[in-house]
Amino acid sequence: MGGCFDVAIIGAGVCGANIARRLSSYELDVALVEKEADVSFGVSKANSGIVHGGFHHNKKYLKARLEIQGAMMFDRLKVELDFPFARCGIVVVALHEDEMRAVEQLYAQGVENGVIGIEMCSAERMLELEPKLSRDAMGGLYAPGGGIVEPYRFVFSLVESATKNGLQLFTDWKVAAAERSDDEWTVHAEDGRSLRARYVVNCAGLYADEVSRIFGAEDYTIKGRKGEYYLLDKLTKSKPNRVVFPVPTSISKGMLVVPTVEGTVLIGPTASAVDDKDNAATTRTELETILRSARNMVPDVSETDVITSFAGIRPTLGEDYYIDASAKVPAFIQVAGIQSPGLTASPAIGEYVKDLLKKAGLKLVEKADWDPCIEKSPRARELSAFELDKLIAENPEYGEVVCRCERVTEAEIVAAIRRGHTTLDGIKYFTRAQMGRCQGGFCTYKIIKILMRETGMSWDAITKHGRESTVLRGEL
Amino acid sequence: MRQELTCITCPMGCHLTIERPDGGAEGEMAVTGNRCPRGAAYAREELLAPKRTVTATCRIHRGGAGASFETSGGPRRVPCRTRAPFPKERVNELLAAIYKLEVNLPVERGAVLIKDALGLGIDVVATRTLH
Amino acid sequence: MKELSFDSVVIGGGAAGMAAALELEAAGKSVAVIEREERLGGILTQCVHNGFGLIEFNEELTGPEFAERFEEKLAGRPIQAFCGCTVLELDAAGIEKVVTCVSPKQGVMRLSCRVVILAMGCRERNRGNIRIPGSRPAGIFTAGLAQRLVNVEGYVPGKECVIIGSGDIGLIMARRMSWIGCKVHAVIEIMPYPSGLTRNIVQCLKDFGIPLYLSHLTTDIFGRDRVEGIEVAPIENGALMTEKAFKIPCDTVLLSVGLVPENELSRMAGVSINPMTNGPWVDSYLMTSLSGVFACGNVLHVHDLVDFVVEESRRAGRFAAAWLGGSRPVRELRVKAGSNVRYVAPSRVEPGRDNKLYLRSMIVKNDALLEVKQGGKLLRSQKKNHVQPSEMLTLELGEKELGAASGMPDASLEVSIQ
Repeated sequence: MGGCFDVAIIGAGVCGANIARRLSSYELDVALVEKEADVSFGVSKANSGIVHGGFHHNKKYLKARLEIQGAMMFDRLKVELDFPFARCGIVVVALHEDEMRAVEQLYAQGVENGVIGIEMCSAERMLELEPKLSRDAMGGLYAPGGGIVEPYRFVFSLVESATKNGLQLFTDWKVAAAERSDDEWTVHAEDGRSLRARYVVNCAGLYADEVSRIFGAEDYTIKGRKGEYYLLDKLTKSKPNRVVFPVPTSISKGMLVVPTVEGTVLIGPTASAVDDKDNAATTRTELETILRSARNMVPDVSETDVITSFAGIRPTLGEDYYIDASAKVPAFIQVAGIQSPGLTASPAIGEYVKDLLKKAGLKLVEKADWDPCIEKSPRARELSAFELDKLIAENPEYGEVVCRCERVTEAEIVAAIRRGHTTLDGIKYFTRAQMGRCQGGFCTYKIIKILMRETGMSWDAITKHGRESTVLRGEL
Repeated sequence: MRQELTCITCPMGCHLTIERPDGGAEGEMAVTGNRCPRGAAYAREELLAPKRTVTATCRIHRGGAGASFETSGGPRRVPCRTRAPFPKERVNELLAAIYKLEVNLPVERGAVLIKDALGLGIDVVATRTLH
Repeated sequence: MKELSFDSVVIGGGAAGMAAALELEAAGKSVAVIEREERLGGILTQCVHNGFGLIEFNEELTGPEFAERFEEKLAGRPIQAFCGCTVLELDAAGIEKVVTCVSPKQGVMRLSCRVVILAMGCRERNRGNIRIPGSRPAGIFTAGLAQRLVNVEGYVPGKECVIIGSGDIGLIMARRMSWIGCKVHAVIEIMPYPSGLTRNIVQCLKDFGIPLYLSHLTTDIFGRDRVEGIEVAPIENGALMTEKAFKIPCDTVLLSVGLVPENELSRMAGVSINPMTNGPWVDSYLMTSLSGVFACGNVLHVHDLVDFVVEESRRAGRFAAAWLGGSRPVRELRVKAGSNVRYVAPSRVEPGRDNKLYLRSMIVKNDALLEVKQGGKLLRSQKKNHVQPSEMLTLELGEKELGAASGMPDASLEVSIQ
């Protein structure tokens, strides 16, 4: 590789993407490396998609402070970038009298943390705020600032904004070795590529511990805790207006009922420790507990509405986030153990890491021509009939509906591909094609053909999510 | 010798029992279990000379179209069939012959793609009109 | 924006849509057919196997041949077919209906009409619907998607295959995959009997030595990037025997676990849906709960013979044309599903004329008796040589049987199988 980057960020999840975008506003050469075929393919694609209410954690924890700051940054980010986000509000429901004690504690914590608008609710007020709740609701709390976001679109937008401002992104780039000499890190990828950087930020999610060891930095262990989810059809009767939380347990915030920002309903997640951080398989028993728990709070939840299920693995490392300059090796920032409320905190993590880098000696000179905005990609399902008709006159591909369930047109598939999303999953996360009722039954072959046409890829290069996940095994 | 078959001529799926005397002529058989004469006829044919209608698809000749053909969006195969049921034991051979075909467009439904396939007097025809 | 006007708009240009459109045109009504594929024919165009048209044409045709014969009938008539065109919205609350659709060539179009025929067909149940746990690797396809990839696009989805579900689509694909050189290791069926036709069990499984595991549930799909295998467990005496679970290595899983009528447009338009069929409730005119909106074919209830789809859709087209001319059912009787019957469609009959009902049995039985009763009184009894859930039954009720029916306004008929 040629020159030396100022900063190399390892891991293109929600943390790496926010850090990359923040740094892209300065006169710096920044590289973002990602081991998967696309950004957001790790933990950032398999979570609840929530901007939290700021009351779940005591402010003595770094994660609580970052959560509060991060939550406030989403409105501006939504204006500048192109991702779905809505502040629908969060309710925490008490189903028994003793659960009200826990709710009061959360409320007090929220007030302590400075959460705006948080309120204690009677049973009547709860049901008014959220008519889908069970009549057993005794009361609870309401945080109007809580919201819902599509996490992968968030990450895609952040990275797109950063690359627009000069970031260099490297995918299928897995860190295998690193050494330091003359104030520079030389980092080697598994496939032989390498790069040099003065500073390195380790936000490698589930594998931050391995990356830390590769750099000779702190020795810690990220433990995986799996969370399984069910996704319910858009037409489900159980769709609440707010994100519905139960009272939390000692290890997790509990299983939620989330009205996703794109209209489906998410229920879950469970929380069970796993040895294999790579294994995001769902299990029968866990899925059954999700349905039961969701129905306790929202009785209309029905298994006939289930369209798919998935699991995410939380990278856990003790009670708090580990975001600090390494004490063992120079010019190395650790961003590890970012479990819930990671997505919410991520914009603030971007700021925090920028400050850590500055403290470590990185000179920050603001770019005069930094453009915080990215072009919003038109989506047929968000347009009126008139707007769509006009758009088709300019680009007929907006008239070709590829995914009928989510109303995704060919133009949007092409837009995804041109932005570098060249796997079926990448296209899915950017456009929502394959995410609907039929789960790709009708549109998959169309997407494959468009992908081959746009990229020149041959049939045996088409994958679901990169690596060995080839979709077709032969040609007749 | 006794054999058992399920008749596939109609949805009833009668359970047929066929008795063939040891040392008897090849065609000598007694069929029981059928609710209609078609069952006896089916058993006969299935045991003596089983046949199957074969359907498959064949490649379209690319000619000068090159890469644009691959991604033009139209169908990439021409569906075809045997005009009559084909001897079961030669089906794999027939399929191999069909898979070697390259059909030039346009092709009309009913066009003969392989005349007198494997010399058995049965044609393979296209089942779709493609331009 | 283009605005066009027709007497009737047919949504869907498969067998159902084409048959209904032909009847409307024959009755002198102007018709537009909206089809999202580039060509008419619907799902038939990818069903390259034979078995279609035994009743309609007295021949055993392949899917494409059947579809093309109907395509040719339409081509000769003044029926406006918009292909490559997807319906976005149906506004059918008033007397004038508006169908909003879009295509690259036409842009967004608004078609106004007085009658709409819903003929959108159905979609396949997928892994998420039946909740098979496990990882999410590449290599899992619904049987219909695999069929499209193989028969139209010319690609091989996988080499070592397991098929979940013994419905006809799965059985047909077991044969198709074998004929293109793939190894089909097993077909897994949760019920104690196969859901497909016996002739398909013979010519798609037995012919190829493919084992059929009845009363088995798929408990896991594993594989990191691509499918590596599935785990199945037997069900004995109604209980899942997880301790007897075993693995079947494979690189491809095809799902043939049922079809669901595609009624999203219908639901959004306010059409009432029958939860037993997942299709609209219809009266003896095959009209839905929305006045002037009719339904036929797989969108109404999942058929197994395209010949019945055509027959039912012709009726819908004729009734819709008559309705346009002011004809209305005079007096209808409700029809309910009685013992051993899963559903009956339509759910109403008109005593003054001939009615045709389509129904499904819940049991497998030879020498069964189909009975129509009203308030305990037997109106009609019909012997059926053989009934099974996967084979739709038809029942004709005319003046002869219904004349004797009680004149009470809330009288209902019950259809049962003994």
